[in-house]
Amino acid sequence: MIELSAKTPCAGLLPLETGGMSLRELEAVPITSIMPLNGKHGAVSTALEKAVGAALPDIGRSLAGKSTEVLWTGQNQFFLIGATAPDLPAGVTDQSDAWTRVALDGGRGAQVLARLCPVDCGALEVGDVIRSQIGHMSAIIICREAGFELMVFRAFASTLVHELELVMNSIAAQDEIRD
Amino acid sequence: MRIECPICGNRDRREFYYLGAADYLDRPALGDQDAMHKYLHLRENPAGVTRDLWHHEAGCSAWVVVERNVSTHEVLSTALASDVKRAGA
Repeated sequence: MIELSAKTPCAGLLPLETGGMSLRELEAVPITSIMPLNGKHGAVSTALEKAVGAALPDIGRSLAGKSTEVLWTGQNQFFLIGATAPDLPAGVTDQSDAWTRVALDGGRGAQVLARLCPVDCGALEVGDVIRSQIGHMSAIIICREAGFELMVFRAFASTLVHELELVMNSIAAQDEIRD
Repeated sequence: MRIECPICGNRDRREFYYLGAADYLDRPALGDQDAMHKYLHLRENPAGVTRDLWHHEAGCSAWVVVERNVSTHEVLSTALASDVKRAGA
């Protein structure tokens, strides 16, 4: 019988560390897309808060619940991270294996993203979520206390790591030139 | 060029996909051949203010009606296509 072993999107690629910046893969957790039906935004929000401890956040924000989080991810779209969704009056799809999630820590994330993303990530506040691009990839960028959390489609994992590694190495190299 | 997304705010043009004239929001009734021909193929091409449909493809996925001046590249106003459609219905 064939034995298959599960691999995370960035298996063999991460972690990376250079110039005081670190890039690591986040653990695989359930991810569910939630799109409230017409006029059901309030009902979905209430049901979600009861079930996982976090309501639907405002545009461009995230809300933390009991070991879960709800992200705004687009027009009338939210992601529930870390738990499976209860019954909701919404379009609900399982996205667990569809995304690569990495954390870019070290306080220089905005400097890295400045070279890859058209939005000024340095202006974001902790808990802010934006949809934009990293290189040519559609991405979800979340501002955290320690840095940034980045999400791209799973198939782009190695491209994401490649783009970020190039920039991290370039920034680290420029530090040395200055000295 | 920067486009003001009604949801995400001011964003770079590279996040958007261009579809064409906002006329696409006004689909004529089925069976009206002449109106359908005009809807699909006939467009004004002014050297001035146009109303176009842009998709915030790499952002929030909203369809946006952008009023802009093609001579000066000035973006005059933006609105969610869903709101424009609803207001016109």
